[in-house]
Amino acid sequence: MRRLLALFGLCLLPGGCARAPLSYLDATSPIGGAIASLGWGLTGISVGVCIIVGLLLVVAIVRRRAAADTAIGPVNDRLALRWIGAGVGVSTVVLLGAAIWTLVTVHSIGEPPRNAPLTIDVVGQEWWWSVKYRAADPAREFETADQLVIPVNVPVKIELTSRDVIHSFWVPKLGGKMDMIPSRTNVTWLEADKIGDYRGQCSEFCGLQHANMAFNVRVLSQADFDVWWTRQLQPAAGSPDTDAGLNTFMVRCAACHTIRGTPAGGILGPDLSHFGSRESIAADLMPNTPENLANWIDNTQTIKPGVKMPELHMLASEVSDVTSYLENLK
Amino acid sequence: MTVSQADATVSPEGRKLLGIWETAPGIFGWLATVDHKTIGIRYLCTAFFFLIVGGLEALVMRVQLAQPELKLLSPDAYNQLFSMHGTTMMFLYALPMLSGFSNYLWPLMLGSRDMAFPRLNALSYWTFLAAGIFLYVSFPIGQAPNGGWFAYVPNTSLQYDPGINMDVFALGLVFLGISTVVGSANFIVTLLRCRAPGMSVNRLPIIVWGTFTASCANLLAVPAVSLACAMLWLDRRFGTHFFDVAGGGQPLLWQHLFWIFGHPWVYALVLPAMGIVSDALPVFCRRPLVGYTLVAISTVATMILGFGVWVHHMFATGLPVMSLSFFSAASFVIAIPSAVGVFCWIATIWTGKPQFTTPFLFFAGFVMLFVIGGVSGFMTASVALDWQLTDSYFVVAHLHYVLLGINVFPVVGGIHFWFPKMTGRMMDERLGRWTFWTMFIGFNAAFFPMHVTGLMGMPRRVYTYPAEMGVGGLNLLSTIGAFVFALGVLLFLLNIGRSLRSGPPAGDNPWDAPALEWSTSSPPPVYNFATIPQVASRHPLWEERLGETDRRSILGDRASTGMVLDRGKETIGVTPLDAEPNVVLKMPGDSLLPFLLAAGMTVLFFGLLARSGWAIGAGGLAEIVILFLWLTPRQFAESEEVALHE
Amino acid sequence: MSELGDGEVLPVGGTGPVSTAWWGMICVIATEGVLFVYLIFSYAYLGSQQPGPWPPSGPPSLKLALTNTAILIASSVLLAWGLRKFRRQRDRRQLAFALAGTIVLGAVFVTIQGFEWADKPFVFSTNAYSSAFFLLTGVHMAHVAVGLLMLLALLVWTLLGRFDRGHHEHLSLGALYWHFVDVVWLVVFTTAYLVPQFK
Repeated sequence: MRRLLALFGLCLLPGGCARAPLSYLDATSPIGGAIASLGWGLTGISVGVCIIVGLLLVVAIVRRRAAADTAIGPVNDRLALRWIGAGVGVSTVVLLGAAIWTLVTVHSIGEPPRNAPLTIDVVGQEWWWSVKYRAADPAREFETADQLVIPVNVPVKIELTSRDVIHSFWVPKLGGKMDMIPSRTNVTWLEADKIGDYRGQCSEFCGLQHANMAFNVRVLSQADFDVWWTRQLQPAAGSPDTDAGLNTFMVRCAACHTIRGTPAGGILGPDLSHFGSRESIAADLMPNTPENLANWIDNTQTIKPGVKMPELHMLASEVSDVTSYLENLK
Repeated sequence: MTVSQADATVSPEGRKLLGIWETAPGIFGWLATVDHKTIGIRYLCTAFFFLIVGGLEALVMRVQLAQPELKLLSPDAYNQLFSMHGTTMMFLYALPMLSGFSNYLWPLMLGSRDMAFPRLNALSYWTFLAAGIFLYVSFPIGQAPNGGWFAYVPNTSLQYDPGINMDVFALGLVFLGISTVVGSANFIVTLLRCRAPGMSVNRLPIIVWGTFTASCANLLAVPAVSLACAMLWLDRRFGTHFFDVAGGGQPLLWQHLFWIFGHPWVYALVLPAMGIVSDALPVFCRRPLVGYTLVAISTVATMILGFGVWVHHMFATGLPVMSLSFFSAASFVIAIPSAVGVFCWIATIWTGKPQFTTPFLFFAGFVMLFVIGGVSGFMTASVALDWQLTDSYFVVAHLHYVLLGINVFPVVGGIHFWFPKMTGRMMDERLGRWTFWTMFIGFNAAFFPMHVTGLMGMPRRVYTYPAEMGVGGLNLLSTIGAFVFALGVLLFLLNIGRSLRSGPPAGDNPWDAPALEWSTSSPPPVYNFATIPQVASRHPLWEERLGETDRRSILGDRASTGMVLDRGKETIGVTPLDAEPNVVLKMPGDSLLPFLLAAGMTVLFFGLLARSGWAIGAGGLAEIVILFLWLTPRQFAESEEVALHE
Repeated sequence: MSELGDGEVLPVGGTGPVSTAWWGMICVIATEGVLFVYLIFSYAYLGSQQPGPWPPSGPPSLKLALTNTAILIASSVLLAWGLRKFRRQRDRRQLAFALAGTIVLGAVFVTIQGFEWADKPFVFSTNAYSSAFFLLTGVHMAHVAVGLLMLLALLVWTLLGRFDRGHHEHLSLGALYWHFVDVVWLVVFTTAYLVPQFK
């Protein structure tokens, strides 16, 4: 038991955070932090209750060690009932306190503190995330996939839905979960207080690859974020006639994938614009490196069995051309 | 001091009753018996078999999860395993096991000769068995249900789950629901009418309160899941749009209906088991339960409140915050009656003289596990915190602490307690202690770490997890713990096997317990009581020593001038609250109709699965004919003179 | 032989709440009744989540449904009359007539509803409303069908003289079930036919 508590504590030390990217009792963001306080409080109460009741149980058992006297005799329970009443009374007060603390927390995190200047639509589908950045000027809107990039200290409104089954959007260090239900739009919000990378995870069983439906939230300074946005709007350079990689892409990949600035406009799979600047592949399954990308293109069903992207059985040269093309889309 | 019905088979009354009540021999008797004790033992054995099957499914899953990114199981195989594990445990083990206890014990505890509807009792067992087989024939063909035991749409709609997996699930649950509802009705009517004179409601064992409450709840809750499953099957196979968004259907309708059933259901799975502890723990504390009335009321209160918290399974679905807050508050309130129970059990130990027998160990262990499961539930009741906890391994920890802690541990303790009554032999105490500690340590090693992995963000229902998540070590510990727990179950089975063959003889009342079942022989005669007892207090066999009342219950030999009721298969019916005798009830004898009705239902349900008109027609027609035969009015006298005690 | 010390004469089997079968029928009614509560909840929930009108094709016509309501009420009245007469006069023929009449009225109800269903501008699989409507009225129809089978069995047993010498608990319970089906129809009718008229 003690070893478990130590392990538990270890995971929550700053160094431990890196080893537990989805843990949330160490969250400091506005929503995550509010829930974490409540979480620590209720955990403390729970542990306290277990210790108190455990002690009562042990003392009750031990105080008359295996009584040799087994006789049945008359009983008077007035005192015992008074203690039970006291115990129930204390429990009720604690429960009431916890309920009030809960409702206060809900009220404080329900709505963004001020008008969220940024809205992002996220659409879940088996087993990736389609992400659309909204803007007042439609010409500044764009799509990406499997990642969110947001500025630090800015509340961001997220509108959620699903294209197929129920998924759930969850970035533990930044906030609680919200389900993505087809034909409904659910609204949640995030705000990060530190620059860095935060992992997100689908948290509603959605079929074969629910386990591998994750995403990354990258938090940048406002300046870096603006630069990133502008970059995302730039169309890809090159044409199929001059670029072998793009040419192969058009033939083999464009049926399902889009790259802004090219004729590729497929919508069945993730938008791959500026793919080279992304952190990971296949819904945060592996880091975005040329080897991993080539491996992915060649072995989708082995790496992520059941994924909708078929094994394409491309030639090695085709794979290498497409890989270098995609990695150059910064 | 024990009162026995020794040599009942020698007395003339006993011989005559034996002739009237005995089951016919051979295959016919095996299929046609309506004896509640036989049916009870069948329920216990079949449910325990499903526990082992569900446990093996879990062990395979735990091997896959022992380390990150293992590839022993494909995601499809894993999904079938975890779905069948949940379905098996929640439907084919937990309630039937408790039904087995209640079926065996109730008439003995209540002072009656059988349940109110003996043929219906047989039917509820055969239907349970048939539904279990129906669900499992899908496994060998790789088409087992794969959408989780909760089967959320649209993931389980035809579009995303082709194949017959979820048809088996939907139809199988409707099939099983028939067994549950029929059994519940039987318990309710038995409690209200089939008791010994004097067994008023304030003298009932708490397991009777627990099962009665659960049965009332099941009667009202099961139709919700049956309806949801019917709608799922219709959406899948007949193109309806209850849940299908393309036609205006609502995925959340499934969740509402499922959890309106599901939450009361989980209380039905634990309240009777809490009753086992409330009745048996005091025996090993050598005193009555502290706060009987409080415990009885808290049982009923928990069940009623249990109908008002279902949305706490849906906290992340985006429902209006106002309604979520109400359900969160209700989920906190429901902890209060549970606290009452815990304090009463501890008070019973504190003010009693604890005897460290195997059953006592299981019941004391239960109290601790109840509290741990209860506080993790308290944490998930908080809607804001639940937005992090839900769908993570924290909930997996919570549900296993409450289900194993509050159902399995009392069940195993209860088997140790009542095994002598059922078989006439004692179980081995030393092996029992080994069993307890192995199970207790294994269980905590397996499931406590899941609180931590859940707080570290490990989602549930995943066939693997990346190494970077940092939960590999704790998962390995869980896997090892699971195997240790399984070893404990094996020890338990060894004890049962050995004791059945060569356990020392038990006698009528080896534990010197107070309740009516201990006034019969071990095992009891098929007719339970040669003369119906007259009950004067809550603890008939402890009356003189407790000194609470001058009245004495009339049992056993002293009842030989009382109600023998041997003009055929008879027992006494009483008024619901005060148990005044007011009717002689004629009980049916052996009958093949329950078995045949269940067989006809099996044909009907396979017909629905295959969408075969012939099978549906044949099954339906058979049911109609069999029911006509079953319900045919019998002729008997209008009234009868019955001897009463003073 | 049972000893006759201080004895009391008790009924065997009993009627009404003294019997156990009556309580069994109450359990049946409770569980089937709550099924209709869940059906109506589903119907109402689906309606509450639709952006457009509910029913989408406009309120259903009352003509046949009102007729059917009258027929079902009449059948319950006829059945109750027949039972009361039988309890007083033990005339097998009057009871058989009442039972047969109830069965005929029930069959007419089923037939008329069949025509009403066929006349709808939608089928089971058209949309959420049609699915909910047909399931709600269809499950009720199934209960009517079961009730008709029950009445048929009662008729057969009546003609065979099984109820001549007392022990007509089956009749009371069968009638209780039929009245339950009738009351459920009133609720279903109100929900699916009357309420939409006022939207």
